[in-house]
Parts: sequence; C-alpha cells; structure tokens
Amino acid sequence: MTYLAKSPWIIHYDASSCNGCDIEILACLTPMYDVERFGIINTGNPKHADIFVVTGSINEANREVIQNIYNQIPDPKVVVAVGICACSGGVFRECYNVAGGIDKLIPVDVYVPGCAARPESIIDGIVTALGVLEEKRKNHISSPMVTDHDHKAHHKHAQGGAQ
Amino acid sequence: MSKQITIPFGPQHPVLPEPLHLDLVLEDEKVVDVIPTIGYVHRGLEKLVEKREYTEYVFIAERICGICSFIHSQTYVQGIEQIMGLEIPERTQYLRTIWSEYSRLHSHLLWLGCFADSMGFESVFMNAWRLREHILDDLEATTGGRVIQGVCKVGGVRRDISPEKLDEMVKGLKGIEHQLQDLTNVFLHDSSIQHRLKGIGVLSKEDAYYFGAVGPTARGSGLAIDIRETGYAAFGKINFKPVVEYDGDCYARCAVRAKEMFTSIDIIEQCVKKIPDGPVDMKVTGAPDGEYLSRAEQPRGEVIHYIKGNGKKNLVRHRVRTPTFTNIPPLVTLLKGCELADVPVIVLTIDPCIGCAER
Amino acid sequence: MMEPQTITPISVGDVVRKVEQAKKDGNRLVQIGCTKIEDNFEILYVFDKDYKLTNYRVTVKQTDEIPSISGVYFGAFVYENEIHDLYGIHVKGINIDFKGTFYKTVVKHPFSVTITKEDDACQNK
Repeated sequence: MTYLAKSPWIIHYDASSCNGCDIEILACLTPMYDVERFGIINTGNPKHADIFVVTGSINEANREVIQNIYNQIPDPKVVVAVGICACSGGVFRECYNVAGGIDKLIPVDVYVPGCAARPESIIDGIVTALGVLEEKRKNHISSPMVTDHDHKAHHKHAQGGAQ
Repeated sequence: MSKQITIPFGPQHPVLPEPLHLDLVLEDEKVVDVIPTIGYVHRGLEKLVEKREYTEYVFIAERICGICSFIHSQTYVQGIEQIMGLEIPERTQYLRTIWSEYSRLHSHLLWLGCFADSMGFESVFMNAWRLREHILDDLEATTGGRVIQGVCKVGGVRRDISPEKLDEMVKGLKGIEHQLQDLTNVFLHDSSIQHRLKGIGVLSKEDAYYFGAVGPTARGSGLAIDIRETGYAAFGKINFKPVVEYDGDCYARCAVRAKEMFTSIDIIEQCVKKIPDGPVDMKVTGAPDGEYLSRAEQPRGEVIHYIKGNGKKNLVRHRVRTPTFTNIPPLVTLLKGCELADVPVIVLTIDPCIGCAER
Repeated sequence: MMEPQTITPISVGDVVRKVEQAKKDGNRLVQIGCTKIEDNFEILYVFDKDYKLTNYRVTVKQTDEIPSISGVYFGAFVYENEIHDLYGIHVKGINIDFKGTFYKTVVKHPFSVTITKEDDACQNK
C-alpha cells in the first residue's frame, strides 16, 4: 500500500485485558510511535470509527458491550484483535470466566500476537487493517449484525444492578 | 425535591482506557448516590493455582495487571520465599527495588498523561508519555520486556544488571529529571488545573483511614501509609520519606504522585550506590507449606497477596487484594455530592486500575 | 526476612465484637478473604495499625451465615459482596448489598466448586 485516501479512526475497547496491551495501544498514539502520522485518531464513539481494536478475551460481563460497539460501527469495518488474550485467551485461557478469543463472538480480520503486544506489532496490525478496510470499501462488503442468540444469560445477572 | 435520574458512566467511556461502570444517581447536576459495578475484566485467575505449579504461577501473578506487573510478581515471590524460609541473595533484593521503582515511575507518568488528557491538556499527555518511553527503554534493556517484564522468579531474578548499565541508568534518570521537573511544574502551577482540582472531591483523613484508602489516595489526605516503610526488599536500607499532602482534594492526590516520581529517582540512585556484588538467584527445592500475607507498595497503594500452600506443587489459595479494590469505597464517598462534570476527573485522581481490581 | 504473622481463630458470634474492638484500637481494615479447605470455608479478617497486622480467622460451612461488618467499616461491602458472589456464603446485613450481581461469572460461586473446561488440554494436543 503506497498511500491512503482516507484517515481511518479507531475505537479501542478493553475486554478483559490486563492493561498491558491497552497501554501499548496508547503508547502508539504518543510521540515515540505516533500513529497519527497515518491519519489515525483514537475516538470514543463507535459511530465515528472504522477500525475496532480489541484487547483481552471475552468474559461474561463484556460480551454484550463488544457486540454493541461492533454493531454500531458503520460499514466498512475491520476488527483487530491485539494481544494473545484477544487472539485465543492466552495465559487466562483456562480461567473459568474466560470464554476465549474475540473471534468466538465477532469476526476478526487481523490478529496481533504478543504478551504484551509491542507497539511496533500493533502499528503493523493496524496498517494491515487499513488494507483490509480499503478492500472492503471497494467491494462493498458489509459486515453482519452480531447477536448472541445461543448464549444463555446466567440467571444471576438476568435481572442485574444493585438493590 | 427535584426529580432523580440515573446516568450510567462507562464501561466504554472516552476518559477511561479501562471498563469501569458507575451508576450515578443525579439530582439536577449533583451526584447524590453512586453504585459501582465491576466484573468487566474479571477473569478468575486466582483459581488457576489449581492448574499451575507455584513456580509457573509467577507468570500469571505478573499478568494480574500490565501496569503494576513487576510489583505483583515481586509480592508473590516474596510471599513464597517467606513461607519456604529462603534467604535470597542481597543483590537480588536491590535489583528488585530498582525495578519496582522503575515501575512506579512508568505508572505515575502514565497516569499523569491520561489524567491531563482527560481534562484536555493534550500537550502534557504527549510529554509525559514521551518521558515514559525513556523509562520503558531502560526496563526493556535490563529485563527484556516493556510492560510485562517476566524477570522475577522464586528464589531470585532472571537477569543481572552490569555495573556500567547501572551507572548509565542513573545518568539517564538525571538527564530526564529536569524535564520531569518542568513538566510537573507546569502541571501543578497551571491556574486552570488548580481551578479544576482544588477543593474538589475532598476526602477527610478519618474517612480515608477507616474506609480503606491506600497509596496516593490516602497520602493525599494526610495519612502517611507507605508499605515501603516496612522495609521489604531493600527498602529497609534506603533513606526515604513518604510524600504526604494534607488537603485531601483532587489537587493533593495529584501532587503526591507528581512528587513521588522524584523520590523514586532518588531511591534508584541510592540503590545503585549501595548494591553489593553476588549471585542473583538460588536453587529452590520443595514446595511451600504454610500461609503468609505478603505486602508491597504499588504505584496505587498497598497490595496484599495471601498465599497458602500445603506442601504440594500447587498452592491451595492465592488471593490478591489490590489497591484499586480497596479504593472503591473512598471513591464512592468522594463522588457523593460532586457535580456531574467533575466525575471523570475525580475518578481518575484515585488512578483506578481495573485489571488489578477485578483479577 | 520479614516479621512473622499469627492468625487468631475466632467464632462466628465473636466477629462483630472483635471487629468493633479492632476499630476502637485504631486499626484500619486491610482485607477480608476466603479460602476453601475441603468442605470448610476460612474467612480471614486482616487489620493494620502502624504496619502491624492483626488477623482473625473464622471457619464456617457454606450453609452458614456470617454477620456483615460493613456497619463498623463502611468499606467492607466490597469484600463481603465478593465472598458472597465467589463462594456463595451468605453475609447478613451488608450496607450496599448487590445481591449476587457484583461479579458476573459463567459459573455460579466459582470458588466453591471444581471447574473443568473442555478446551483445557489444548497445550497437549
């Protein structure tokens, strides 16, 4: 890829990461690594975003949040799973509350390995995602809405909230 | 009485890199009640002791949190060593002290940046993180990892630092010290920052003590609680005074962290002067049989690792009480009575680390 | 080497009295934690004053009810809700009672049962 026609914005969500990958994503934005030179800005609003960067694995509480964010991002969209926990569950794979990698819930386009993923590999992953994004835009590929029908909510938080 | 409404704050919120959820009950702009909900990062890693041997578990303990990673592994191995009665080499104690102060520097700079960013001071954010890269470079050069170091093990550490590198590290820290001074001066003396922080979110000394505040949250309210004073690792041989501020407001908590960075640089310097020669690890055989509450001072405050073993390779119980977890009740009191627009700032002054709190 | 620690066993009925005394003596609450030993649950109350720890241990069964100390130490509610959600021990009279929604877990009371996951063995495949 030689040049970019658009400035893609990213939205970052910390699923059940230990913070290691999250702070490395933030480090990418700062002077040393500076992803803003690619026109990339970290936004807090899913409707502004093109790339969904997820760290950490799926657990009971955050699956709904991940779906909501994913469904709200307009097409074309690309998902980048950062860190080994987001890819497969990592060292926490065997924990009772970890369901596994992000791809068990939403389609993932780019996997960035590492524990914690280094800023260089995160940037590499995001730049790869830009290519995927361009491809999806050209071919008008729209992503499906994700729902979690087969997942049965635990009776305990079906009601939710403190009393 | 005006009508009450409930506003959800988080889990995905622009000022929070991590998912914390608060239900704020408002009367007009005033917060009258706060109900915290946690569990977005809950993994249940304490139960992994059943599947991992106590020596392997160090890697899990380190990954409780990616910011306080080194100190978590240090506290864990310290507890195991205490139960097994290991006298670990003195050079190791000094190395651990140096790395834990490096972690503190990196964590406080990280917080300073995120905090400034939450108020719109992007230049402070960028500058703090630029300085933080220097700290991370040194950590990477000496341990091999930037945020997850993996250098602690039961019975010692995996890497030694050469005397030349130690001198270079001190020189490097001296080099960034005046830049740090500039940065904290700008931050602490800026009139708009003072306007946003002074007199906001006041925690009295008594509340801080009995509600369980630790770390900078407690020290900002005039409580000199600093577990480093108990003298674990090499802290017993180092001269330092905990930084204490007395106003108990947001500004005091920020000032504590800003000033603590200089204490850390000083501690590292003293360690480099005093570090003895010798081996950095020892052979460990057997398995822990007994229980111990291992304590250490993290960037966010006192952390407790309760470790219980029964002579087998797998521990019976590992329980972590992290500083953010015990800072939740003080946070709830701080938020009651404040205005909605101040909520993000007050939340960030306790430097919440959700990865730690929920494990 | 650090200072040795002692843990004093007390009975469930004594908890509130001991905790009130600890507060009167100027201790702060450090943590409440639970450990499952076979069928028993050990609840550990830890207090600190001037870096000296005071530890009390209560041994109960899962069906037992323990009194809340959140009336004495406001901050105790986080630990007590945690014990209820992870171990299934009922705590009576918590000031902010989440009624089992503090932690959202796939398995109910995960620390009180043995859990095996299907894909556990994947590193050996």
